[in-house]
Amino acid sequence: MAIPSEIPTTFLLGRLDWHAIPQDPIVWATGVVVAIGGVAMLWMLHKYRLWSYLWTEWFTSVDHKKIGIMYIVLALVMFVRGFADAIMMRLQQAIAFNGSEGYLNAHHYDQIFSAHGVIMIFFVAMPFVTGLMNFVVPLQIGARDVSFPFLNNFSFWMTVGGAVLTMMSLFVGEFAQTGWLAFPPLSGLGYSPYVGVDYYIWGLQVAGVGTTLSGINLLVTIIKMRAPGMTMMRMPIFTWTALCTNILIVASFPVLTATLVLLTLDRYVGTNFFTNDLGGNAMMYVNLIWIWGHPEVYILILPLFGVYSEVVATFTGKRLFGYTSMVYATVCITILSYLVWLHHFFTMGSGASVNSFFGITTMIISVPTGAKIFNWLFTMYRSRIRFELPMMWTVAFMLTFVIGGMTGVLLAVPPADFVLHNSLFLVAHFHNVIIGGVLFGLFAAVYYWWPKAFGFRLDPWWGKVSFWFWVVGFWTAFAPLYVLGLMGVTRRMRVFDDPGLQIWFIIAALGAVLIAIGIAAMFIQFGVSIMRRDQLRDETGDPWNGRTLEWATSSPPPAYNFAFTPVSHGLDTWWDMKRFGQTRPRAEYLPIHMPKNTGAGVVIAAFATICGFALVWYIWWLAALSFAGVVIASIAHTFNYGRDYHIPAAEVRATEAARDRQLASARA
Amino acid sequence: MSTVSQTPPGTFWETEPHHHHEGASTSIGFWVYLMSDCLMFAILFATFGVLGGSYAAGPGPKDLFDLELVALNTAFLLLSSITYGFAMLAMVKNNRNGTLAWLAVTLVFGLAFLGVELYEFNHLIHLGAGPQRSAFLSSFFALVGTHGLHVAFGCLWLVTLMIQVRQRGLIPANRRRLSCLSMFWHFLDVIWIGVFTFVYLLGMI
Amino acid sequence: MAHHLKRLSWLAPLPLLAGCKPVVLSPSGDVAARQADLLVQSTLLMLIIIVPVMALTVFFAWRYRATNKQASYDPDWDHSTKLELVIWAIPLLIIVSLGALTWVGTHLLDPYRPLDRIDAETPVANQQPLQVQVVALDWKWLFIYPEQGVASVNQLAVPVDRPVEFTLTSTSVMNAFYIPAMAGMIYAMPGMQTTLHGVFNHPGEYQGLASHYSGAGFSGMRFKAHALDAAGFDGWVAQARASGETLDRARYLDLEKPSENVPPMAFAPVDPQLFSRVVNMCVEEGRMCMAEMMALDAQGGMGLPGIANVALADADAPGTARPVLGLPPFQVSGICSVEELNQMLASTAPTDSAPRDLAPLRGRGLDAPRGILDLNLLPNRLTQSVPPGGADQNL
Repeated sequence: MAIPSEIPTTFLLGRLDWHAIPQDPIVWATGVVVAIGGVAMLWMLHKYRLWSYLWTEWFTSVDHKKIGIMYIVLALVMFVRGFADAIMMRLQQAIAFNGSEGYLNAHHYDQIFSAHGVIMIFFVAMPFVTGLMNFVVPLQIGARDVSFPFLNNFSFWMTVGGAVLTMMSLFVGEFAQTGWLAFPPLSGLGYSPYVGVDYYIWGLQVAGVGTTLSGINLLVTIIKMRAPGMTMMRMPIFTWTALCTNILIVASFPVLTATLVLLTLDRYVGTNFFTNDLGGNAMMYVNLIWIWGHPEVYILILPLFGVYSEVVATFTGKRLFGYTSMVYATVCITILSYLVWLHHFFTMGSGASVNSFFGITTMIISVPTGAKIFNWLFTMYRSRIRFELPMMWTVAFMLTFVIGGMTGVLLAVPPADFVLHNSLFLVAHFHNVIIGGVLFGLFAAVYYWWPKAFGFRLDPWWGKVSFWFWVVGFWTAFAPLYVLGLMGVTRRMRVFDDPGLQIWFIIAALGAVLIAIGIAAMFIQFGVSIMRRDQLRDETGDPWNGRTLEWATSSPPPAYNFAFTPVSHGLDTWWDMKRFGQTRPRAEYLPIHMPKNTGAGVVIAAFATICGFALVWYIWWLAALSFAGVVIASIAHTFNYGRDYHIPAAEVRATEAARDRQLASARA
Repeated sequence: MSTVSQTPPGTFWETEPHHHHEGASTSIGFWVYLMSDCLMFAILFATFGVLGGSYAAGPGPKDLFDLELVALNTAFLLLSSITYGFAMLAMVKNNRNGTLAWLAVTLVFGLAFLGVELYEFNHLIHLGAGPQRSAFLSSFFALVGTHGLHVAFGCLWLVTLMIQVRQRGLIPANRRRLSCLSMFWHFLDVIWIGVFTFVYLLGMI
Repeated sequence: MAHHLKRLSWLAPLPLLAGCKPVVLSPSGDVAARQADLLVQSTLLMLIIIVPVMALTVFFAWRYRATNKQASYDPDWDHSTKLELVIWAIPLLIIVSLGALTWVGTHLLDPYRPLDRIDAETPVANQQPLQVQVVALDWKWLFIYPEQGVASVNQLAVPVDRPVEFTLTSTSVMNAFYIPAMAGMIYAMPGMQTTLHGVFNHPGEYQGLASHYSGAGFSGMRFKAHALDAAGFDGWVAQARASGETLDRARYLDLEKPSENVPPMAFAPVDPQLFSRVVNMCVEEGRMCMAEMMALDAQGGMGLPGIANVALADADAPGTARPVLGLPPFQVSGICSVEELNQMLASTAPTDSAPRDLAPLRGRGLDAPRGILDLNLLPNRLTQSVPPGGADQNL
């Protein structure tokens, strides 16, 4: 697309004009497909009159379970987009040899790899993890909701707003061509004058508000809302990892926000934070962004360490080995994650002492991580392992992640990093830990908690198809990248001149196709399971013989989670309840105090998203109006004092009676 | 090997109605928010620390700052913190009108602070020492400006709360909000002491 | 490649794969070879723990499957102090060894450290390294040979078995300079200078590339690095001299404009101050050099008169754009006289190219012990935007 260097701005539309419509057949085709799909979906919603159902039951809901599910739906939708980017990159790199330019020009290709990284981290992994914590944590600690239910809804919609802005860049304008961290000076106004980096900035800022607030919310929830008797050292391990994750979110996302604000000022006002001239210092951006970026890695992986712990303990039918050392390992990782950021740029030339300091701190992180692996291993020792899908994903994780961990420590050795930095070896490494660690864990979590969320299990056959295609596809796609990295091939290349490399890229592309089949099988699995839901029904509420409190209530849980507050006397409260033959109490039901649904979150987030869009395009009147909208809607919301209601005791009694009948039929 | 007891350690469900403290998490939640905000200021301070000496052959702090004006401004903000404290004392004594009066005084001091700051910014930009001139000025405007925006937001919140207290009185929800804003206001005071020390005083030495 | 194909043709599915050797693991330069050694050693060290863990995972998963009722089952066994000490200690021991290896290796292979050996057998003897100044442009590499007075674009020639000292900078955005067969990579950054030492041990033609994404033309920013014998190198220099195209500041400003897939070029003579001016970002006439700016800043800036000492930047120069809410881009005007400027640009910090004292205390060629965080700001140890000769009191 030819973007003129000087785009005239008009009052009404800012710099939005016909140049904003991409002149790329691939984008056009995508646009048409998305438009048709969108219209079809809207028509279906209209036909089945689902609008008001969606609005009242889901969009305005402050129920942590529904918000959690919505987060995961968002993550899955964005995952399809992010994976489409991945497969396009694989295809381009597989054919751009022997003088061929491939099928993507630089403008398009550079957007794709930037968007792939941004989407996969911010709009797939983050919402997935946040959704999971949202759904599971209050149930595990025996709470009825999070501390700030309205804030939870608002945080979700801000995340959606960020995702919308990022997706919009595909069809209106362009996305950043800077890589996913947008290092200046390349991301400065001088070298990226058009809207790409602005979409990046505002997409992340809008979503970042949501992430920070949700981090505060869950952190406070875990501190304040635990069931009586549940001391810190009796918290389920997933809740522990969620606690550490949210501490990391609260203590690192403000850094990202501040850094992006400075970049924004450079681009809009012409300040000199990261410019070449007039005293600016681009290296400072690299430092700041990685001071956020490295904790971010642990924000993603820690909750999944928790998931693996829960899964291993459940499916081995055994108490988790070394709970205490697991907790300390998690806390160690949380603290150490702030002391390693410089390992992302040893090659900047900070000198040997600084480099080895950060290299060694990085290696130290592998000690608690290694201890965790051993703990899972010794939980499996002398156990009875049921190889249900979550357990399969866990074993696949253990075998895959150790390789990723090893290559990670290798990259922490500065002299080795000097030859592997920015290479495909690095790309293989972080996919090895993010796919093999985060994504495998998320899949394990989906299979594990799906029955809790919806009341029926997932179809195991399609799940196994998905599992094998994913695991084999992962290694087929990324083992060649390790090899290519050792051949001195670096990342983000669009064309190659050495024909000997092509075969490896073709194998990698085949791996991507296998993964695509794995993803398709997963969606088929969802569809098949929904159709066969009656055969797959879980009436007990405890389909896996679980150990923690979320299995003590029905599947799906009632709006209030627990009719009576559970009391914890040790680790694995639900296991104890079962062991001591505790039945559900039959006391007099009481009205339950619950938060009321509200549309304020949707409205404020919508204004914020519009404001972001207006700022991207320099439409000042719209930016001012929508910003005023954010402020006024927020203030108006504070005048709403009636934010809660009581579920009448009769309703609770009816719900619990239905649950009794269900349990009786399950036993029969 | 842990010993496994065979007798139930006690009841597993709380069947008695228990007192539900509405908004029990609010103060700690707001504290956590303030700490995250503090981190943002930390980054801005760090940026000023790195870039504060890069004048790009332009003017430095000694050429630009008027310490007397800034001292006056500091006094405004510190006084506003004290008057907010009086508002809280009045709230504890259930004195609605007293609370409102002290809040109004706080607002006046806050607005005076903002006025002086705007005057200073305007003066600098008219001199030609705007945020574009050098990295030092960029980081100065970003740090002081972000603090100023926080104060402006605090003033807006103060006005909102005054209306709400007037409408509904010192109900628990409003007391909770008043104490949150109180934390916010004192927090901004602390940040300003940092700004005054590191940016203005150290710059003038 | 044909040779490999013939030799390996019995490996039916592999011949194409064998076409490329993993250059990172079998490079042609001593520095890269030592980096590869460290890579292999670290891997082996970690495999001591990785292999048993993977084997145990598979074994336990098979042995304790639910259908195997023979296996013992101990559902309440969840703690063993001895075992936990072991599982914390083993990774710790490995990391301690690896940490030691890292500390020594990082200092020995610091790209700023002058080479003390040509290869495993040959120490450096009274041989000054070849100076090559490298500028990352959009999107091509410029190599300036100050001693020879020649320059080239997208082709590098160096003599075999002679240490090379690269001094690198960039003119627009961040980049990284990487010749996998020779030595590891290092960033090239605008307004800053980095250093890399390397040597080739075998003659040949090697791939060199940009390894840090720098914009649209990034993929085409490669060059051939020729490792030549002494005569071959002299011949190459003579050929470059014969090109007769002068590289002065005006030509450089022209060259600086973005271009992609640029074929090799040669220049002679070359403005001897050119590299210095590029690092100081004052190739354009009238622009204040960074060294001058930093010297002024160290004295507290230029005061209020400094506000007026600016001129509008050339709006067509690469990397200039007017911010929507700000003033048009401007630059600071230089105030030094020509003599002062010449003196400033000529006084590059003396590079310490002599091999270090090979004291045996902490490994070959390591400095005397210093604290971990003792950031000794020698001019060529830290890149922190210290242009040669520039004052540094700010940092």
